[in-house]
Amino acid sequence: MATENNTLILKAPWVFPTVSPVALWLVALVAAWAVLGQLYADSIRLLLLWVPHLAKGLQMNILTSVLAIGIGTVLGLLVGALELSQARWINTPARWYVQVFRNAPLLVLIFFTTYVFPFEIKIGSIYLPFPDWIKATIGLALPASAHIAEILRGAVQSIPTPQWEASASLAFSRSQTLRWIILPQCVKRVLPPWMNLYAMITMSTTLASLVGVTELLESAKNASNTVNRTDFTILVYLAILTLFFAYCYPITRLTRRLEKKFSFH
Amino acid sequence: MPHTETHHERPTLVQLRDVHLSFGSNKVLKGVDLNVRQGDAVSIIGPSGSGKSTILRCINGLLAPERGEIVVGNTPVHALKTEADRIALRKRIGFVFQQYNLFPHLSVLENIVIAPTRILGTDRQTAEREARELLARVRLSDKADAYPGQLSGGQQQRVAIARALAMHPELVLFDEVTSALDPETVGEVLAVIRELVQDGLTCILVTHEMRFAEEVSHEIVFTEGGEIVEHGTPQTIFHAPRNPRTHGFINALRN
Repeated sequence: MATENNTLILKAPWVFPTVSPVALWLVALVAAWAVLGQLYADSIRLLLLWVPHLAKGLQMNILTSVLAIGIGTVLGLLVGALELSQARWINTPARWYVQVFRNAPLLVLIFFTTYVFPFEIKIGSIYLPFPDWIKATIGLALPASAHIAEILRGAVQSIPTPQWEASASLAFSRSQTLRWIILPQCVKRVLPPWMNLYAMITMSTTLASLVGVTELLESAKNASNTVNRTDFTILVYLAILTLFFAYCYPITRLTRRLEKKFSFH
Repeated sequence: MPHTETHHERPTLVQLRDVHLSFGSNKVLKGVDLNVRQGDAVSIIGPSGSGKSTILRCINGLLAPERGEIVVGNTPVHALKTEADRIALRKRIGFVFQQYNLFPHLSVLENIVIAPTRILGTDRQTAEREARELLARVRLSDKADAYPGQLSGGQQQRVAIARALAMHPELVLFDEVTSALDPETVGEVLAVIRELVQDGLTCILVTHEMRFAEEVSHEIVFTEGGEIVEHGTPQTIFHAPRNPRTHGFINALRN
């Protein structure tokens, strides 16, 4: 404890040690908005008019990210399970799936899924629309599933082999060991990287604007083009950055907390 | 030695014949023969790396020998091909590890009941009652709801013994179960094993606790370099070994 205090004092004697840097950043952010509000009161009023439009855009980002992580998780756990199989003909394709989607640029995948799927699906005589935002979601979900498969495989392999030996000695089969002994111990190892991935996906949802999905970035572009004033444009993008920060930062923070908590067990 | 009078009449439970095993180019077992009678406690002693633990892992099928025969009861372990066959074998054999290897995400009670309920299909009530009896037997009645991480090494090892016994094994393999323990907790674990031997449970122990091995074993097996150098009663091995290598090992320990 003593050394910790010393280094703190050595590093930054001018910082009051009980104030966390996060709080300082938040204060700075609020202050920046306060100053902006004074200087560009007019633009801020304009911005407020656009809030419903931007909120609708943000809704799309949240919807896409939640769906993408959902699909990605289900698919990723499946692929991860296949990757863990001992049969070569099962784990090799799974491994290739992971490699292909982990090494593909996200934007290219989103373009790809947008153009490879039809705009509507015909089931019997019913035509179901297949909107672009769902295609973009799939584009995000595919690499997410590859990452989740890797996270799962890594977690399973990080459980010490004596756990397998002990289970085998108690007459557990391989799949029983995986289900009852290994996977329950993996949950806490998987949770932090999974949340990290979710934050990354959320931020990547803005890429969907490039294939014409009306999400937050696209809404901001609309607003900026309509108003057509430099100070307003800056303000709108600053607002978007603030919104994403407000949504993703707590997730990152919670992830760090969980990582610390679990590292002791 | 509680069973000396009937010692030679009891049937053989474990039999190894000319067992060979290598890890890569490293020959770990070079023709091991071993006979364990029902109800016997047999201690395998010898220098580190002489293949003692490997012998135990071959007996319960965790490792498969390259050559030779291993028979437990009527089961030819060396010929088991499927996972199902090995599972059937392991239901009958308990294994206690040097590092305990309890399941850290389960409470002490759950560690003990998981195998009987899920593998043997024992109903929860019976399994739990037996688990509590076993915990009393290893003197840990008050720790049923604790997690392994909250226990000392000696306590964890006693839970591990209870976990193995919950499967009602006909044979228990102890792999250097006191080697990782603090000196003051070794005694409590050995006391539990001593009682099991006195109750007539067939045990094969790999151990460095010579005094204990001499006290509880019906037979001592001395291994060196992947071979069984000598076996006999504790009296012979510890006090009148015939083989000079055994002699050297015992003497080195004495001094």
